[in-house]
Amino acid sequence: MTSPPAAAPHAFQPRLLAALLDASKATAVAFGLFVVMVGLRTDVGPTGALFLRTRWPDVAWLCAAVFVARLAMALWAGRRLPAVGSARRAAALSRAGLFFGPALLAIALILPFVPGIGRYELDLGILVLTYVMLGWGLNIVVGLAGLLDLGYVAFYAVGAYSYALLAQYFGLSFWICLPLAGILAAFWGVLLGFPVLRLRGDYLAIVTLAFGEIIRIVLLNWVELTGGPNGISGIPRPTFFGLPFSMSGGPGTFAGFFGLEPSPSHRVIFLYYLILALALLTNWVAIRIRRQPIGRAWEALREDEIACRALGINITNTKLTAFALGAMFAGFAGAFFATRQAFISPESFTFIESAIILAIVVLGGLGSQIGIAVAAIIMIGGFELFRDLEEYRMLVFGAAMVTIMVLRPRGLVGSRAPSVVLGAQRRIDAQHVSEGRG
Amino acid sequence: MAYALQQLINGISLGMIYGLIAVGYTMVYGIIGMINFAHGDIFMVGAFVALVAILMLMSGGLMDGPAAILLVLAISMAFTALYGWTVERVAYRPLRGSFRLAPLISAIGMSIVLQNFVQVSQGARVKPLEPQLPGGFELMRDGNFVVQLSYMQTLIIVSTLAVLAVFTWLVTRTALGRAMRACEQDRKMASLLGINTDRTISLAFVIGAALAAVAGTLYLLRYGIADFFMGFIVGVKAFTAAVLGGIGSLPGAVLGGLLIGLIETFWSAYFSVQYKDVAAFGILVLALIFLPTGLLGRQEVEKV
Repeated sequence: MTSPPAAAPHAFQPRLLAALLDASKATAVAFGLFVVMVGLRTDVGPTGALFLRTRWPDVAWLCAAVFVARLAMALWAGRRLPAVGSARRAAALSRAGLFFGPALLAIALILPFVPGIGRYELDLGILVLTYVMLGWGLNIVVGLAGLLDLGYVAFYAVGAYSYALLAQYFGLSFWICLPLAGILAAFWGVLLGFPVLRLRGDYLAIVTLAFGEIIRIVLLNWVELTGGPNGISGIPRPTFFGLPFSMSGGPGTFAGFFGLEPSPSHRVIFLYYLILALALLTNWVAIRIRRQPIGRAWEALREDEIACRALGINITNTKLTAFALGAMFAGFAGAFFATRQAFISPESFTFIESAIILAIVVLGGLGSQIGIAVAAIIMIGGFELFRDLEEYRMLVFGAAMVTIMVLRPRGLVGSRAPSVVLGAQRRIDAQHVSEGRG
Repeated sequence: MAYALQQLINGISLGMIYGLIAVGYTMVYGIIGMINFAHGDIFMVGAFVALVAILMLMSGGLMDGPAAILLVLAISMAFTALYGWTVERVAYRPLRGSFRLAPLISAIGMSIVLQNFVQVSQGARVKPLEPQLPGGFELMRDGNFVVQLSYMQTLIIVSTLAVLAVFTWLVTRTALGRAMRACEQDRKMASLLGINTDRTISLAFVIGAALAAVAGTLYLLRYGIADFFMGFIVGVKAFTAAVLGGIGSLPGAVLGGLLIGLIETFWSAYFSVQYKDVAAFGILVLALIFLPTGLLGRQEVEKV
């Protein structure tokens, strides 16, 4: 912002005038946008024919809201002081970050036993952790290897359907199917990775999107195997290493074996810890592997593919392992999803899921583990918080995505420690990542 | 034979619609190098604006003849262009010069916003519209099977060709077109030479949205339905068309659109309707593997 600070009194009037003018323009545009789409609503009449219903007051309200918002924005932006030492702020943030991660982990560990945490909160926690895990898994592909994947949900679907189908047709238990689901998803990751090896950037994005849609369409139409749009129901619930969670309380059940009062919350708590463990496993693998040769190769690949090739890194293997590993964690998450829901259908694996997971990764700051966790909590938790908004919920969600991106294009946690350092440890600002200093 | 001919006609008219949308994708990609994910939803908005315009004309008793359809097209183009401009202004311009993924996420967010805005404001139900231009020319008769070029298909083909002719003139013969081509080649250099790049990019979005509005109106008139989710799959297919034709190439977009339309139609006619989208996406994957620059795209020279 180059406008002078508000201290000069003579500068105030023109600024107000300019702000008013700007707000009027915005209102004129808003009127153009809303007059047709909001002002005139098409409704299907009782005879099946369409008729128009007018809603002029709504248009007036919306235009007034735009005017006020734009005016406030213009005045606030004009008043804003120059940003104070962002480096110092970043340092303070990174110090806080040292405690923030462990604190978050501690909260996550004791959450089921905190008083006042009921079934609903735990279910929400499971949902958030599922997305944290998916975000961390996708981060391997997008954040570390720099391969933009818009069809990540396909692997989630492969994992979920692997467990559901193996349990349905062969009666395999969850604990056998969990690794199998991961392996199968990784296999699909390699399979889909092969054709796209030569592609880069946005082409890769669109092809992965196409793959995701192909898998969903096949699941939808292969009715004999997958049940088509009806999905698969009656998927076996997980057992505590062979002890089922049953209300009967017999000696062969979880409650009976440990001499506890049978309660439906046991299973929820178990599921919560299961997904927490899976998410932490993902996190641990991602952090560890970043320091391995393969992890360093991924980061090198992200920064510069040509330099990478010149240094003798096998691009094919590097890309395929990233796809496979990312897909494997999606497969684990999918198997978990299937056993938690006990019902899956292609409805759960639409493009919007991929978009949400990618949004979590980007909003969290590419490559930042803690940022992704925070982004998942904000996005999914916030989405639940706005439950009362009902049909406006998705609208708010999309608007939030745009707003966060515009305000913080580098994500919530814009800087991170380098994976490998030579000499003194220093922080890498995210602006430099794409320029090859990370 | 007659059946195949009929499919050819259907495929071309569908492909024209894809081509119109694909031009919007390819133009934006050529200039600012991003996938405008919300473009499919702009198409959907165009269809809804046209629906409202048709209903308004109907209630005034004016909805008959080609003049009314032209009026609907004009209304739809004007309002949808405003949407295109706003999307660029709100979601993409602040992110210009930011890293690659930021505008993509913003575009996905904008796509969600547009879809849900229309769902909230116009309702989630599918809107049926009775055919506005029934009848057609009979081309051939083979036993009981009549090959027909309906008036609607004629309208699609004629208006698409007309719009594309105007668009080609705009790009190749006017100052704006020169500015757009300059921005496509080198945005920084163009701005150094005094071209207002922001304005040029805005206008590219406006033109793209107007073309998508034509596509939306024609799609609505041809298939008689509109719903808030229709933009996604059509948008992905149109992007496929743009990639197939060579992204950044305007004639390529139209060619790609025609190919995708034909492939989809023939696949549905001879194989299976359920898997027609798989066919379209399968073509995309094959095209990118064997022909990464598309049919008419330039070979990109990578500078180190």
